[in-house]
Amino acid sequence: MERFLAFVKKEFIHIMRDKRSLIILFGIPIAQILIFGFAITNEIKDAKIGILDFSKDATTEKIVNKLLSSGYYQLYSYLKDDGQIEQVFREGKVKQVVVFQEKFEINLKQTGKASIQIISDASDPNTGNTLINYTSAIINDYNSEINRNNLSGLRIIPELRMRYNPELKGVYLFIPGLIVIILMLVSAMMTSISITKEKELGSMEILLVSPLKPIIVIIAKVIPYSLLSFVNAVSILLLGKFVFEVPVHGSYFLLLGEVILFITTALSFGIFISTKTSSQQVALMISLVGLMLPTILLSGFIFPVENMPIPLQVIANIMPARWFLIIIRDIMLKGSDITFIWKETLVLFGFTALFIGLSIKNFKVRLT
Amino acid sequence: MDEKWIVEVEGMTKKFGDFTAVDSISFRVKKGEIFGFLGANGAGKTTAIKILCGLSRPTSGKVTVDGLNVYTQAEKIKEKIGYMSQKFSLYDDLNIEENIRLFGGIYGLSNKEIKEKSEILINKLGLQDVRKELLKSLPLGWKQKLAFSVAIIHDPSIVFLDEPTGGVDPITRRQFWEMIYEASSKGVTIFVTTHYMDEAEYCSRISMMVDGRIAAMGKPSELKKELGVRNMDEFFVKLARSK
Amino acid sequence: MKNAIEIYDINKSYRNKPALKNINLHVEPGEIFGLIGPDGAGKTTLIRILTTLLLADSGTATVNGCDIVKDYKHIRTSVGYMPGRFSLYQDLTVEENMNLFAKIFGTTIAENYSLVADIYSQIEPFKNRQAGQLSGGMKQKLALSCALIHKPDILFLDEPTTGVDPVSRKELWDMLKKLKKEGITVFVSTAYMDEATLCDRVALIQDGVLLSVDSVDGIINSFRKKLISVKSDDIYRLIGDLRKLDFVEKAYPFGDCVHTILLDSEADENMILDALKNHNHINLSAKQVIPTIEDCFIDLMENHNG
Repeated sequence: MERFLAFVKKEFIHIMRDKRSLIILFGIPIAQILIFGFAITNEIKDAKIGILDFSKDATTEKIVNKLLSSGYYQLYSYLKDDGQIEQVFREGKVKQVVVFQEKFEINLKQTGKASIQIISDASDPNTGNTLINYTSAIINDYNSEINRNNLSGLRIIPELRMRYNPELKGVYLFIPGLIVIILMLVSAMMTSISITKEKELGSMEILLVSPLKPIIVIIAKVIPYSLLSFVNAVSILLLGKFVFEVPVHGSYFLLLGEVILFITTALSFGIFISTKTSSQQVALMISLVGLMLPTILLSGFIFPVENMPIPLQVIANIMPARWFLIIIRDIMLKGSDITFIWKETLVLFGFTALFIGLSIKNFKVRLT
Repeated sequence: MDEKWIVEVEGMTKKFGDFTAVDSISFRVKKGEIFGFLGANGAGKTTAIKILCGLSRPTSGKVTVDGLNVYTQAEKIKEKIGYMSQKFSLYDDLNIEENIRLFGGIYGLSNKEIKEKSEILINKLGLQDVRKELLKSLPLGWKQKLAFSVAIIHDPSIVFLDEPTGGVDPITRRQFWEMIYEASSKGVTIFVTTHYMDEAEYCSRISMMVDGRIAAMGKPSELKKELGVRNMDEFFVKLARSK
Repeated sequence: MKNAIEIYDINKSYRNKPALKNINLHVEPGEIFGLIGPDGAGKTTLIRILTTLLLADSGTATVNGCDIVKDYKHIRTSVGYMPGRFSLYQDLTVEENMNLFAKIFGTTIAENYSLVADIYSQIEPFKNRQAGQLSGGMKQKLALSCALIHKPDILFLDEPTTGVDPVSRKELWDMLKKLKKEGITVFVSTAYMDEATLCDRVALIQDGVLLSVDSVDGIINSFRKKLISVKSDDIYRLIGDLRKLDFVEKAYPFGDCVHTILLDSEADENMILDALKNHNHINLSAKQVIPTIEDCFIDLMENHNG
């Protein structure tokens, strides 16, 4: 046990004394968050909107005024019929169209419910999403206003429609996506590099010709990186929550549990890489090209997996990151509990077992 | 006798900030001489050689290589010198012919010259059967001999050898030194840096650097006699310790 | 007393390229045994097999009485190993490195201090310096201290003097001699032929084949030919001239002279001087010399190559 602790201590010293890696480990996640974060939340001002008002009553007028006075929108024109919606979108004249149903005010007063359709041009998903959020917020605001005045519980239901990219996937995902990428980077890449470094330096030889069991060496190496990964994941979550207000609807407990599971998956993958290579350079190449790029491109972080051609979908499915992304997205954004994501969790367990199994099979108590 | 000086160094000094790596050294190397440049790690050898190769400028002092001034004619110097080191000499993933062609090209030979010289060189080294083999498949000794031949393919006036025969088997090593002797007899100046002291014994003259200065210079046999030591190893230890 | 190392018919190939062919030798306890040969001769492979890092294709060996395959765990606790490349952690301080290796071997610096005292005391003043900032000689002392921290019975050193200047080389050999006095068996490989004289016994190795296993004196005594050292101011021409003589078997450069092996035992240095007197050599001289290990190596290599 003392041997083991001495070795863990050594690993921490390596990490702490290597200022450059330290900056990469902690600096890059934060830089990425800030870049992604601000790219997504950039303010929208004076977006052109069209109004299609089938009702034209006092309430719809109030709502329209409220929208137009918010500063976010500028009226392009009142539309005459449904057909015009497609036309103005196609011509790029407007970013959003707000449609009030017939007899809006009457419906609201008689049934207590009325609906507004909000249609956004989502060919630029970020803007589309933001506009929808703004409009919904303004309508909700109006909702609470009228409810304060009479306690009848009137509800205006905004009905959201996205044009051209109906599900808007990939937009809310930047925080979950970043966690996935950072965990992969720190866990798999740093572990594999750190193990191959010992091989390259020749110290692996000395360690092998010592009573220290090789498996102890590996575990001791893995511990600092799992801790670092965990700290990174938590700081990304905190930054996401407090700086960018990305919600975590589900249980934090479950979320952190899944994070730990994925760290284990990534670490076992890193160990697996290191059993297959003996130079830092190769380990780095495998981690970067074989791991990072597919993780970014195929996991669903940027491009929705559902929209990929079948062969790429197949590849995406054998990426652990893809499954973790579903898990983390479901927990954070949908508030899912384990009953909804147990399958994906199981897949991650499977990957972990596979990589550990392969590593053990490849692991040598001798050199090559 | 042809007393042409290929290297002339007078009061050469190189400072890095407060640290004086080379401290006002002076020496001359004759045309065709095999000059051994010895010293412990960090004694200033590498710095001095970088200056002679035109890679680095001295802080002060007069330095010429084949009559060219290192301050103003560094680029011309590079055309006049050859270089071979044990660590890197040729590309492992090119075959013998490709290596010769590459370095011939780098040294500015015309295609015709390269063709002629490669034939001569391959025949001389007996590499006809393996000319298309990747360099990495050759034994170390062959590589070293080929590397030396390539380093002098452009008939430089001086060739710098960095520990050229360390770790090579004794027979190949002899063949290598014979090649050096041959080049030297044709007027190529050989500048050997090494801390393999038995390599130093082959040089016609050596200088020994200690802490940025030249602590001793002369023929190996004379120096050994002067210090009363049996071999160059003892010579080195005695000088390096006397500082 | 049983042998420290026994090797029987060890063979090893890498991708069908033989690296070791039928190696047989034994090392006696408490001796300094040198494995002498050029780069690529198979020195590192043999040391790695003995230190249980590699498996031989065939053959057996014991280290300290333990089988290198079955009892590899035993061997790993009882030998010290210093690989060729410098293998300590550059970003750890001298003391941290020492403590780490002590812990790995389940001991402390204090416990075996007496053994490493000589060496470690020289680097102790720099114990808070990171290993990467030490000079080559100091790094080596640190590596040796770490390899000795658990008081091994046998110490394996793979080319400890490669790339090291003569001063540090000498210091290293002095340290090995002290270890011998402590009863530690030393198995050391080197490409420097002249270091053979510092070993009790040596094995000369070339292309994976042992050319000879004996004491240096024994090897030199078995060199039966007459060796003449010839000198002149023009070595290159001298070599050519000597090779033309019909009583000369071979002539090759050796330092500042030419070593000449004579074909018939009747011939001597005077015959050489005589034969060369009209060749205009300046400062021509010749005398019979005792062969060095390098001369023997050349001879054995040529015999072996046929």
